[in-house]
Amino acid sequence: MVAFNPDETSEIARARLKKRSLNVQLVDRLFVAAVYILLATFLAIVLLPLIYIVASSFSSPQAVSAGRVGLWPVDFSLRGYEVALRDPKIVSGFLNSIFYTVAGTLISVVLTIAVAFPLSRVDFFGGSLITKLIVFTMLFSGGLIPTYMVVRSMGMLNTPWAMIIPNAIGVWQVILARAYFRDAIPKELYEAARVDGAGDIRFLLLVAIPLAKPMIAVIALMYAIWQWNSYFDALIYLRTDALHPLQLVLRNILILNTQSNLGDATAMLERQQLADLLKYSLIVISTVPVLLIYPFVARHFTKGIMLGSVKG
Amino acid sequence: MAVSENGDEIDRRGWRYRARRSWQRHWQLYLLILPPLVYFAIFKYLPMVNAIIAFKDYNVVAGVWGSPWAGWKHFSSFFGNLVFWQLIRNTFTLSAYYVLASFPIPIILALALNEVRLRAFKQTVQLVTYAPYFISTVVIVSMTILILSPRIGLVGDVFGLFGVPAVDFLGRADYFRHVYVWSDIWQTTGYSAVIYMAALASIDPSLYEAAKVDGASRIQKIIHVDIPGLMPTAIIILILGVGNIMQVGFEKAFLLQNPLNLSQSEIISTYVYKTGLLNANFSLATAINLFNAMINLVLLVGVNAVAKRVTGRSLW
Repeated sequence: MVAFNPDETSEIARARLKKRSLNVQLVDRLFVAAVYILLATFLAIVLLPLIYIVASSFSSPQAVSAGRVGLWPVDFSLRGYEVALRDPKIVSGFLNSIFYTVAGTLISVVLTIAVAFPLSRVDFFGGSLITKLIVFTMLFSGGLIPTYMVVRSMGMLNTPWAMIIPNAIGVWQVILARAYFRDAIPKELYEAARVDGAGDIRFLLLVAIPLAKPMIAVIALMYAIWQWNSYFDALIYLRTDALHPLQLVLRNILILNTQSNLGDATAMLERQQLADLLKYSLIVISTVPVLLIYPFVARHFTKGIMLGSVKG
Repeated sequence: MAVSENGDEIDRRGWRYRARRSWQRHWQLYLLILPPLVYFAIFKYLPMVNAIIAFKDYNVVAGVWGSPWAGWKHFSSFFGNLVFWQLIRNTFTLSAYYVLASFPIPIILALALNEVRLRAFKQTVQLVTYAPYFISTVVIVSMTILILSPRIGLVGDVFGLFGVPAVDFLGRADYFRHVYVWSDIWQTTGYSAVIYMAALASIDPSLYEAAKVDGASRIQKIIHVDIPGLMPTAIIILILGVGNIMQVGFEKAFLLQNPLNLSQSEIISTYVYKTGLLNANFSLATAINLFNAMINLVLLVGVNAVAKRVTGRSLW
């Protein structure tokens, strides 16, 4: 506490304050400099590996294989992308992923709204019980095998349905959507709708959904990114290669080192070099779609996280 | 209380009356919520019922209900198995290491970002550090493997600069945990920092005014205003982390596994997958899974109770 002391003359006090504030200013400046250095380090640590991957993907197979690529392409070439885009497995994986993402997101969003909207209504009898039952599934689950048995008994094994239905609804998204419906729709609108004799479903379609567009966009993108990135369901439920999503194809090529179709490269050495390069190009191809849309949703994701943490 | 939060009068009549009235008014909502409820019943609650096979000798022909009872056989065979302690140790160590190592870093990032006045710089750092969160596990693991590869990777080059021979990080069991934890921190720090940034933004501005009047330096302001303001959020995140300590994700550990690091990388969830789906021992895998889920539930409830008593913060 540096308050004026009535016993001292105001001049001394002012001089003291000034001296102290000069000290504080110096310390603060040093501190701010340290903060900028720290943040630049954070930035570099995240950015350098990404730059390295992109740089490698545009390099020649020989340079990549010899480990000569740093943060700038060496012997610029598009061979990696060429090979990737000509591989039927990769192309079919890409198309499958687009299908699963679009269809899955659509179904997920519809189901999420269908559960969140009723739960957002205060006079919906049974709502709190249903909410508890849904949240409980976050804390405890039957486990991998019992779930697998259910999917099998539904005849969904090795069908596209297995990618879309078993994880269609995210509890987190339900909590988010429910909170949004509750806060964003003025109570007067319900009254007006009741007077007009509009039913709940009509109200949802004509009033609530248009009002909740930003929230719906956010949960749709959450589902879409999750679906695009997931490989686990495909790993356990899909046997046929033709159904595999991109992530599973990637896993086989990138991690299990399954040789993909390397086109005209026949020599052993050339094959190995191309296989190395292909990995970098594949990482870029599969990640770019997500990183392109992410800046537009990042802001809303933050709101989503906060909503979730507040409502628990 | 005669008036509810939205101003409606609360009905004092019985629940039967309220249920009937709710049905008359909102039968369309019940229609709407029916498909999602069926979904939860089939894909979330039916598996909980199926988990009964942990106490049976399940075979496909007899089905869940026709298979003979086995009591605690599968549990005791798991507890008696040599692999039991190894799995517990691997799972617990990996998770505890992760929770502790990943806890302070996002807080530091958020506090630092909060000090920056240059909007463009601040936003760039945020956007870049947040981005890896959206990269898939398969790609993150592949990047990790490529970058750490002694033959072609970036890290080998850096080691070379200092004249240190390249290390095969994925070929040695001792390194598995570090690779797992630090690649995860690389991926999620920016995302976690966002949560703390929001907490910082909601601190009462009058506290900063007071600190200014008192002539506090920036460091003092951080210690006396920022950090106390972050505590509630930090505690919730720590509770969640400790509560889920036996629940390490399958996805990443499975992808990082190879025969060379299995002695440390085999965790409960990957073992369940192998026992159940690869070796088709459904009952044993379910028993292991159930055991793990129970530990986790107890941990979460226990940690939450402790946190509630000590700090007054709770998840529910």
